[in-house]
Amino acid sequence: MALKHTPLYPLHQTLGARIVDFAGFEMPVQYSSIKLEHAAVRDRAGIFDVSHMGQIHFHGPAAIETVERLVTCPVASLKAGGVRYGMLCNERGGVVDDVTVYRVSEDALFLCVNAANIEKDLSWIQQHAPPEAGVSDRSAETALIALQGPLSCEVFDQLGSTQPSQLGRFSFAPMLLSGVETLVSRTGYTGSDGFEIYLGAGDAQRIFQGLLTAGEQLADGGAVPCGLGARDTLRLEAALPLYGHELDDDTSPLEAGLERFVKTEAGGFIGAEAIKTRALRGHLHQLVGFELTDRGVARDGYAIHKGGEVIGRVTSGSPSPTLGKSIGLGYVDPAHAAVGTPISVEIRGRATAAVITKTPFVSARKR
Amino acid sequence: MSEHELPEECFYTREDEWVRHDGDRAYLGITDYAQNQLGDIVFLELPEVGATIAQGEVFGVIESVKAVSDLYAPISGEILEVNADLAETPEVVNESCYSDGWLLAIKVSDTGEFDTLMNAPDYAQYIQERQD
Repeated sequence: MALKHTPLYPLHQTLGARIVDFAGFEMPVQYSSIKLEHAAVRDRAGIFDVSHMGQIHFHGPAAIETVERLVTCPVASLKAGGVRYGMLCNERGGVVDDVTVYRVSEDALFLCVNAANIEKDLSWIQQHAPPEAGVSDRSAETALIALQGPLSCEVFDQLGSTQPSQLGRFSFAPMLLSGVETLVSRTGYTGSDGFEIYLGAGDAQRIFQGLLTAGEQLADGGAVPCGLGARDTLRLEAALPLYGHELDDDTSPLEAGLERFVKTEAGGFIGAEAIKTRALRGHLHQLVGFELTDRGVARDGYAIHKGGEVIGRVTSGSPSPTLGKSIGLGYVDPAHAAVGTPISVEIRGRATAAVITKTPFVSARKR
Repeated sequence: MSEHELPEECFYTREDEWVRHDGDRAYLGITDYAQNQLGDIVFLELPEVGATIAQGEVFGVIESVKAVSDLYAPISGEILEVNADLAETPEVVNESCYSDGWLLAIKVSDTGEFDTLMNAPDYAQYIQERQD
């Protein structure tokens, strides 16, 4: 099957990005270097094309109650202009996908979903949504640009837009940017302050280029384009889960440490009972963060050892450019999950010393 | 001609390593093309002084942020020196792969092995073939 392109693909080529296959899309992994792009987001600002992600809309008299039954976060209580993070779960209490829920109005909302799961999520939703929920897939026509870093508001200022700086975290509003209608959301996947800009596919190149040009005015190198490589190292420092690594169809949100995004009020959602039952039975593993204390890099799939036994497995690992050490997330036997527990990670047959740490590894946001 | 740096005095392998004679020893490392492909180097696993390496065999590992890659010996010999800077500053391999970013210095066991390697123009062509 031919790989897909986002509306920004021609611009990535012009900018000289190294392109890789991700979730069926040809996406930029880096433009200059992952470390430089990562540092730009932590120190100044970075601009990401995340248009490969999906947007599933609900509009109708049953929209709110349908989504309330599908996601782990509360929906009816989410006010228009608010965003919440949650998960779609299956009947076994496993995670179908992690999503963000945008309450647009009284009877309309949309989910932003992972690119790799668009078809799966749509199929799952359609099995559980009546026609009155008014489900529509707007992924292909929607572009998404992330502007992340402490100087994000300054980049908007250079564009003549002071409205974004008024947004609180996890809220969004329609805004005109350079004459283009957009939805600007104060959300992100980096752990730094920043915004995600939803807009029509046809306007994407112009706005991305406009942000880059505006960002050039900032000191010390300005805002730079950033690829999926830096997106991954940034989210790992913030200990944000990545579907397919920390989350999958068999993993309960509670095993992944995401209980604060799982509502407990009566009425429930699909998977609520199973999540409870599994918790009462006792989870077999629990997500932890760790850092290596010996030299090396922990990576997805490496075994975690303690006391001569395998106690778990790494789900994500890489060097942390901000911290100058190797960090990772992994599932371990709950008996050995306490912060401070010494463990080892098996790297090419050799035990590499590590220790379980608290997360996030980096707290980069002031608000 | 390739836009990658290619010192004339080096010989090159299909695994994108270079080797250069320097008096009684030969220095080796990875090429500019290789470091560019790998991205930011973060970790190297190299053998100790006194160990021997055999042409064509894996002698170590080089890791970038996203990738783990085997290192192949361009020629055979005994290791006389290992670049000590690489533990603290692996990025020197990205910055200056033919000089400060050298990996090993070895005592060449068979100078005839150099005949099996590519010179700079041949290696430039090899890069070109892969980019087409």
